Amino acid sequence: MNKDTSHINSLENEAIYILREVAAQFEKPVLLFSGGKDSITLVRLAVKAFYPAKIPFPLMHIDTGHNFPETIEFRDKLVKELGLELIVRNVQDSIDEGKVKEESGRYASRNQLQTTTLLDAIEEFKFDACIGGARRDEEKARAKERIFSVRDDFGQWDEKNQRPELFDMLNGQINLGQNVRVFPISNWTELDVWSYIEQENIEIPSIYFAHKRKVFLRDGMIWSAEDEVVYRDDHEEVIEELVRFRTVGDMSCTAAVLSDATTISKVVAEIRESTISERGARIDDKRSEAAMEKRKQQGYF
Amino acid sequence: MEVIKIATAGSVDDGKSTLIGRILYDTKSLTTDKLEAIEKTSKQRGYDYLDFSLATDGLVAEREQGITIDVAHIYFSTAKKSYIIADTPGHVEYTRNMVTGASTSQASIILIDARKGVIEQTNRHFFINNLLRIKDVVVAINKMDLVDYSEDIYNKIKADFSELMSKRDYQDQKITFIPVSALKGDNVVNRSQRMPWYTGQSLLEHFEKLDKADIFNVGTPRFPVQYVIRPKTEDFHDFRGYAGKVYGGELSVGDDILVLPSKTRSKIKDIYFYDQKYQTASRRSSVTITLENDINVSRGDMIVKDGDLPTIDKEFTANVCWMDSKQLVPGAKYVVQHGINKVLGKVERINHKIHPDYSGIEKNVTELGVNDIASVTFKLNKPIFYDQFKNHRTNGSFILIDTQSNNTVGAGFIQ
Repeated sequence: MNKDTSHINSLENEAIYILREVAAQFEKPVLLFSGGKDSITLVRLAVKAFYPAKIPFPLMHIDTGHNFPETIEFRDKLVKELGLELIVRNVQDSIDEGKVKEESGRYASRNQLQTTTLLDAIEEFKFDACIGGARRDEEKARAKERIFSVRDDFGQWDEKNQRPELFDMLNGQINLGQNVRVFPISNWTELDVWSYIEQENIEIPSIYFAHKRKVFLRDGMIWSAEDEVVYRDDHEEVIEELVRFRTVGDMSCTAAVLSDATTISKVVAEIRESTISERGARIDDKRSEAAMEKRKQQGYF
Repeated sequence: MEVIKIATAGSVDDGKSTLIGRILYDTKSLTTDKLEAIEKTSKQRGYDYLDFSLATDGLVAEREQGITIDVAHIYFSTAKKSYIIADTPGHVEYTRNMVTGASTSQASIILIDARKGVIEQTNRHFFINNLLRIKDVVVAINKMDLVDYSEDIYNKIKADFSELMSKRDYQDQKITFIPVSALKGDNVVNRSQRMPWYTGQSLLEHFEKLDKADIFNVGTPRFPVQYVIRPKTEDFHDFRGYAGKVYGGELSVGDDILVLPSKTRSKIKDIYFYDQKYQTASRRSSVTITLENDINVSRGDMIVKDGDLPTIDKEFTANVCWMDSKQLVPGAKYVVQHGINKVLGKVERINHKIHPDYSGIEKNVTELGVNDIASVTFKLNKPIFYDQFKNHRTNGSFILIDTQSNNTVGAGFIQ
């Protein structure tokens, strides 16, 4: 096998190695699944890592209740096809229990509220490792994240006291109450993920491809007008455009981009040419220069 | 081509982050929104130039102090190659981060401020590059704009640095000198018009032309068994696959192998990557291997070619880079993680401390503090299967884990 000829394959080999380390070093790992392309890629990598055995850990979705319906349909289909175990925990429940308060106003989002639901679920199931699809190229605080990132009892990230990671060696030893966030595709870029999806012919939710959608413009960004969870002022005019989504987070904080990319190869070509970063369409990162770092310290994924 | 990882080292204010920002800018890797954020902040601070360091210094404390305090990973690609830059801090107290960044890199950039020349920090950076046996090193003499692009100054620094080179023990390392101005963009991505006396390549051109053989070490194949795959399904009832990553060389179907530590002989039956069978498993591929005989193999065991044995021993001596504020003392016990294998180890003795500025060694040392580098002898509760670091980067290195805090407290390179 001549697997080291392309850099995508060397990233794939690295991710498979990391996933196997998780299965070997932890008692109760879980793969955090959002329905987005990064977590779909993770599932594909996990299938490859453990073949012909099944993936030896469940998937967990922290559902904000504000997901694109296409994503949920896709999630359920994928889980069924692969015969995986799926755990769903809802942000709505955390709100109903009074643990978190719904944000209000035009920039209201449930993105930040996910943290509480996630930490509660980790405690409920006693997960010691949570595998996530975060990438270092997404955002500059994430650029400093480790592959095995230790969190304390409160799920907090102590960015100044991170374990050094040398060579390929991953230290998964933790104390009682701690858990580890694992990022197997840390070293992938957005383009790498798309190239891999193309190479492997991985199915992804339809909202990643160009489609006609009722939208409105705000702050130079395009918002979906088809979903009532996205706050819209009456004066904000609804128009129909050909758009696609580059990330599929909480609908309330994920903007669309104008696009005519209807196939994976067109999407890859579009990203190659793009001059806007992926998170440029995520309003939650624009709240302040250090928005991501602050959220991560509090236990955000 | 594999991804090339480049570690950067430089002292405070040598302009490391600016250099990386410049590379990103000139290769058009900075997206409009990131560029806008840099423009906005640069303007707010009253700079009359774009502060590219804002692109990489990701943590609040760093932006406040204007320094880099942790390893940041930066990604960019050209039509030819994909690059990862490990931007590591250059302060004395961050030696551990430098070692960390260099451990996964195949090439490195050492930055020197043209106004200051070779300083004590430069010695340290070069020492670490040597200790970790980085194959390709570029010495970028930066801030040439502030010394009138002087050839004399460049030559003087080159001569001073060459003196250091005579002291290194890894003589095969390739070293290239390039005069640059990160701020003005001279010889970073594009060749400079302002230094006609320099006829060499720009920094990026240098990396673009690197061949795989220039940067990757190839040696003896080692296959540490990471995970045993037993599906126990109808289709794969008797399947016993050994999952792991191949290090150092290749393994092929039919190879006569030994399983360590039992030294049981067998042959490689199949090599799987997902559902495909392959004849050969190449270096650094994560494959699943099946053997001809039904023998007992578990995680931590190692599959090697018959006749190509590593050292199997319960004792070894290594150069250790200590990374914890709690001292290392003789008699202390740590978990030694060698690749994926974990054993318990005891510090038998500290042989001597090595001054990372090439000023020699220090004997009769009773403890190691954070960022110290020393030769240490360990005794283990079980034998490990190692090669010398100089012959095998992966199988000759290990980390030390504190048995109480579970933190990674040191890294070692077996002698």
